[in-house]
Amino acid sequence: MLKAKLQNKIAIGALYGVAGIVVLILVALLGYILVSGMPQLSWHFLTAPAKAFLKGGGVGVQLFNSFYLLILAMLISFPIALGAAIYLYEYAKDNWVTSVVRTAIEILSSLPSVVVGLFGFLFFVVKLKLGFSILSGAFALTFFNLPLLTRNIEDSLHTISENQREGGLALGLSRWETVNKIILPAAVPSILTGVILSAGRVFGEAAALIYTAGQSAPALNFADWNPFNISSPLNPMRPAETLAVHIWKINSEGIMPDAKAISSGSSAVLVIAILLFNLAARYLGKRLYKRLTSA
Amino acid sequence: MAEEILTTQDLHLYYGNKEALKGINLNFKEKGITALIGPSGCGKSTYLRTLNRMNDLIPGVTITGTARFKGKDLYAPDADTVEIRKEIGMVFQQPNPFPFSIYDNVIYGLRIAGEKDKEKLDAVVEKSLRQAAVWDEVKDHLHESALALSGGQQQRVCIARVLAVSPEIILLDEPTSALDPVSSSQIETTLLNLRQDYTIIIVTHNLQQASRIADRTAFFMNGELVEVDATKNIFMNPAQKQTEDYISGRFG
Repeated sequence: MLKAKLQNKIAIGALYGVAGIVVLILVALLGYILVSGMPQLSWHFLTAPAKAFLKGGGVGVQLFNSFYLLILAMLISFPIALGAAIYLYEYAKDNWVTSVVRTAIEILSSLPSVVVGLFGFLFFVVKLKLGFSILSGAFALTFFNLPLLTRNIEDSLHTISENQREGGLALGLSRWETVNKIILPAAVPSILTGVILSAGRVFGEAAALIYTAGQSAPALNFADWNPFNISSPLNPMRPAETLAVHIWKINSEGIMPDAKAISSGSSAVLVIAILLFNLAARYLGKRLYKRLTSA
Repeated sequence: MAEEILTTQDLHLYYGNKEALKGINLNFKEKGITALIGPSGCGKSTYLRTLNRMNDLIPGVTITGTARFKGKDLYAPDADTVEIRKEIGMVFQQPNPFPFSIYDNVIYGLRIAGEKDKEKLDAVVEKSLRQAAVWDEVKDHLHESALALSGGQQQRVCIARVLAVSPEIILLDEPTSALDPVSSSQIETTLLNLRQDYTIIIVTHNLQQASRIADRTAFFMNGELVEVDATKNIFMNPAQKQTEDYISGRFG
């Protein structure tokens, strides 16, 4: 009796210890990034273009590029992932074709992102002659994002109980109506959470973009919103260095006098943005679930 | 003599190689309640689910024999499961309201079928909920989530949801086994109110329930239909020894 109690105490203590270490590492890491980065942050830093040789440059263009690339990548990958996940979870029969597709998705999701980047370089940049461009970057990110997003959405569908499907079918709805009108609305909050979380990962991705979206951030004219003009922010064919790539670049070859400060500031911006994504995912997921289910 | 609305002849069902239904011959007349009873695993739920083709959803199922609804073969190659299930609705063991408001739950079938007239939808909601004997309890919060209701109320909303698409037959698969006694008796009252207008087939583990509400009772065992007769006869004077043993609690 006493022995069992003691064992229990030791086990709980060990678990607390392990969890504590994880939290400590996380706090130390975040703390270091934020403490060293926060002092650099200013409106000027967030909006001004970068400078190559002088101090006082900002990350405005990189920040914009990150968001623009993220949106484009999501626009391409979300519909594909949604369709694939619905097919795999709701329709696909359990046969060898399905299992090949699933295995392919697993493999794709474990590809190192630098490999995805090099493939993107050879295929989109060189072969399809898209050049170093936002579009090449968005396609590469799609490859990177697609398997994880598909898995995510499949998991969301999985959380909707089987008796909801039976309920819909027994009511004389077709399978498509059941999926479309009952399962998907019920799964939207969890799908949205998955999308935003994967957005966080895409936002911080660097390796896949170095070879596809390029490492230069030409000055943009934020007054020109015609996507066909080369200096327009919306032009998808221009090279676009993102925030994460910027951090990598100034750390490896930055020659501006305040490289260290800019790198710290950029890291802080990146971390804060991803934190915001995570918080937004939770908040929106909850709100939406309440709205949709009127719970 | 009411017409026979649903007939099954020599109905066999196999899960892979295992024969779960061994040639069931059973017919249902229009209106009234038929209870299917029998020990666990006897095939009564399986049989119920062949009647609106819910077994189609399970991989590896083969069905032979005929099942006819108003003379139409339910398993004909051109039979439309969507149409069949509109005529033959089903209520499940676990209340499964959709995660929407009570109102939306009830009109879901109709709305998807394209009905937009607000007045008509309102009328259907009220009528169905009244028929399911849950209107008085939910009429003041129709636009709140059905998930916030008690299990018994949820189950009656699910019954209302089936009634709203105006089926001819309602199949119920142990609809009260997940509910407390008070909610169960409310469901029974609901079913008794519906028996003049609908053909109701209910699978139940609760023999008292069968004797309280059913006009006719069918006893299943080991994938076979042992006996079917007026409920009174089954309980008071069964023709088969097996039925008598089961009713008197000697097994199952």
